[in-house]
Amino acid sequence: MEKSTWTTKVGLAQMLKGGVIMDVVTPEQAQIAEEAGAVAVMALERVPADIRREGGVARMSDPELILRIKEAVTIPVMAKVRIGHFVEAQILEAIGIDYIDESEVLTPADDRFHIDKHQFKVPFVCGARDLGEALRRIGEGAAMIRSKGEAGTGNIVEAVRHLRDILDSIRRLQALPREELMTAAKELGAPYDLVCEVAETGRLPVVLFCAGGVATPADAALVMQLGAEGIFVGSGIFKSENPRARARAIVEAVTHYRNPQILAEVSRGLGEPMRGLELEAIPAGQRLAPRGW
Amino acid sequence: MEARIGVLALQGDFQEHLASLARLGIAGREVKLPDDLVDLDGLILPGGESTTIGRLIHRFGLREPILEFARAGRPIWGTCAGMIVLAREVDPETRARTQHLLGLLDVVVRRNAFGPQIESFETELEIPAVGSEPVRAVFIRAPVVAELGPAVEPLARLPDGTVVAVRQDNLIGTAFHPELTGDDRFHAWFCRLARASIACALPERARRPAQ
Repeated sequence: MEKSTWTTKVGLAQMLKGGVIMDVVTPEQAQIAEEAGAVAVMALERVPADIRREGGVARMSDPELILRIKEAVTIPVMAKVRIGHFVEAQILEAIGIDYIDESEVLTPADDRFHIDKHQFKVPFVCGARDLGEALRRIGEGAAMIRSKGEAGTGNIVEAVRHLRDILDSIRRLQALPREELMTAAKELGAPYDLVCEVAETGRLPVVLFCAGGVATPADAALVMQLGAEGIFVGSGIFKSENPRARARAIVEAVTHYRNPQILAEVSRGLGEPMRGLELEAIPAGQRLAPRGW
Repeated sequence: MEARIGVLALQGDFQEHLASLARLGIAGREVKLPDDLVDLDGLILPGGESTTIGRLIHRFGLREPILEFARAGRPIWGTCAGMIVLAREVDPETRARTQHLLGLLDVVVRRNAFGPQIESFETELEIPAVGSEPVRAVFIRAPVVAELGPAVEPLARLPDGTVVAVRQDNLIGTAFHPELTGDDRFHAWFCRLARASIACALPERARRPAQ
């Protein structure tokens, strides 16, 4: 019997496919998420929209809060650590968290290096804006990738940009002859063996979710049609007028993302979505997506 | 005639099941709505999150059509979350506050029976029904079968005796994921069951034109 193999790490992400992972800040929100059909919850102290508004250093959440959320639900519980903060990751592994998000939403702890995720038994998900970044994270041991988007904005444009960028680069690699792949790897800043694998299979070696800006069932279906295998919703649910109804509707939209009749039905009467931010309104220094190296 | 197999495609690793079927030369069908079940000979309920899949079965009116599918003697196989959804009962300690079950398989399952994700594991299992060579079994936050009804036969056990695969006539449940290993013997066996069910099916099914 072998525990925590690469197959079991990637496998949990495969089980989450076609599903919605929801940010929650209390055990009550976690229960609302579970009842709405979330496949997992992300336990944290503040959703990205509040982190953005309040500023300051954003760190791993108090393990006490994470454990209370874990006790409130039966679905997998994820939690975030700062980029490069391997001790926060050790703590989350020690309390039996199911997946760790090494996340640009928190203030980075290391401005050059990410965590060596192969050293951990618990699997990691990491954000990426492009294929090179995704493959660097997988090279470090990430067992799941999410396109970053711009968290806490309720604006889907960056999520679409990053998802398209990753998928376009994969399609381009598939068209290259073998002798051009080393230069492609150099230009992407990605490990050569992973570049060859992607060129051959036409997909990332791990599951690809979309994050950062989903606020409506239509947003969710948009990124699914573009090629995401599931979605993270941060502020989009619990910053809306009717979180219960919106959570359910987004879950249903991810299942029936190619069925406009059902999308129309689930989108009706959900109340106000989260307010949302224009990207131009965010000063360059306060953007979250560029964090990560 | 080749068996027509559907994979419930509400959430979870249904693509992996479809890929296994494709390697066997079978074009599986995604089942998202009741109409998708028409003319199928077998149905696979994939791995995923049982609370999510159960809720979506309920929400999109699939419960009664799937029960009818089983009553017609057509095989259904649930892997991991799929086995939970098939079960009669989830033990109270591991049950979600709202847990929609089909109640077809006369077992009590214990969800997430091994602990958090770091306890997920791979091992080899002897499953004579599938073949003489051991089967590589991947357990991910996996359930186990805690109690078996009289009509339920254990198909596989862990070394400590825990039941991790069961059969009750044409209903199969596995706590692990044959769809993740590239070993398609389990799928081939399920397709044989589905084919066999065509032969002994109700008259109206037997009369349908061959494709």
